[in-house]
Amino acid sequence: MTAPPTHESAIDKPAIEFDHASFRLNGRLLLQDLVLSVKQGETLVLLGRSGSGKTTTLKLINRLLLPTAGEVRVHGRPTAEWDPIQLRRSIGYVIQDGGLFPHFTVERNIALVPRIENWPRAQIATRVQELLAIVGLDAALASRYPSELSGGQRQRVGVARALAADPPILILDEAFGALDPITRSQIQKEFRALQQKVRKAVIFVTHDLREALLLADRIALMEEGRLIVDLPATEFSRSGVPLVRAYVEAFSRLPDPE
Amino acid sequence: MNFLQFMMANRQQVLELTLEHITLAGVATLFAALVGIPLGILITRIPQLSKPVIGGANIIQTIPSLALFGFLLPAPWIGERGSRLAILALALYALLPLIRNTYAGIRSVDPAVVDAGRAMGLTDRQLLFQVELPLASGVIIAGVRIATVLSIGLATIAAAIGAGGLGEFIFRGLAMVNNQVILAGAVPAALLALVADFVLGRLERRLGSLRLKS
Repeated sequence: MTAPPTHESAIDKPAIEFDHASFRLNGRLLLQDLVLSVKQGETLVLLGRSGSGKTTTLKLINRLLLPTAGEVRVHGRPTAEWDPIQLRRSIGYVIQDGGLFPHFTVERNIALVPRIENWPRAQIATRVQELLAIVGLDAALASRYPSELSGGQRQRVGVARALAADPPILILDEAFGALDPITRSQIQKEFRALQQKVRKAVIFVTHDLREALLLADRIALMEEGRLIVDLPATEFSRSGVPLVRAYVEAFSRLPDPE
Repeated sequence: MNFLQFMMANRQQVLELTLEHITLAGVATLFAALVGIPLGILITRIPQLSKPVIGGANIIQTIPSLALFGFLLPAPWIGERGSRLAILALALYALLPLIRNTYAGIRSVDPAVVDAGRAMGLTDRQLLFQVELPLASGVIIAGVRIATVLSIGLATIAAAIGAGGLGEFIFRGLAMVNNQVILAGAVPAALLALVADFVLGRLERRLGSLRLKS
């Protein structure tokens, strides 16, 4: 079973902590001296252009990568000391277009982690129904294959799958990037409402400032592997930091919301 | 006497040789699959091995079949009986399509799906058996299909070393300069290959549709 944080650690220690973490690959520094933390119940949006190190940052959390210098701690424990499988099962992960298994039905996709964690069958079935309701999908979709769903439905299934075993942490990598603007806006709002209910520690990667402003408690702007600013979402647009200004202006010049 | 009459007159022997032929090609393909599919999986895990392994299987394939039978003849135990030798040689030929298709099939699985699986906490074994192999199964079966058809065709030559099979008719017909006898071996062998191709082709399409569901 996934190890939930003890009450003590959930309150005292951040759920995720980057302690001067760097990641170097073939001599190139992809992430440099990152200091950042996310508390339980908080949504941090990592904002930045392609290649700014956002995805590398996410991969350091679930130990798809290990920092080459410094440390990343999850529930106070360095990722290097975690069993990677246990660590990953306690972190929900959502990617663009859902990353669903094409040969599994919606039900099996959602039940992925509960199944490999050997939950009793009846409990899995109940949980799947519950999750379909949470993400706003019709229970009748359970037996469909991903190819038989719309993009928005697939994305919802992706979120349901990440939430299945009730992990304390949720990470989303450009999760809503493949959706049409109307569906996207709807799912963003639903996700915000959902987060207010479930209070996970959320790290959400995007390059879309509007999405960041809508979802974030805090916004961390990254550029070339470095953290530029880490600000409350309400203060972000007013920041005087040049790179932030450039970002805000690029978006305010857009004539119409996407 | 035309070849159909010859077949009817010798139906008992035609049947025996056909069964022998199926056994030779079937057992050889089975052995090749038992070695080739795991090897194909292995080289997706250790990419440095992919070139030497596929290259080796390629070289085996370039050895003329009669020469390969000849090379293996002095081998202990294997060389003692024609059928053992034939099965080994046929299995060696069948290795290449099996290794290559297993490797290509797994490599062609969408990396985003594999990454998602790994990030959700699937173990390597779970990833292989629940994600990669099912999604590669269409391509792997295509390899089995090529290997089977290849073995059925090549097994006719096994008669040259006394391993039996439908090649017996072909070699006998050649010696007798009798086309009817040659056809009595060649036509059933061709039919066998066509049937195997058709059946495995249907299986391949069915499994291939898994992938299209993405």
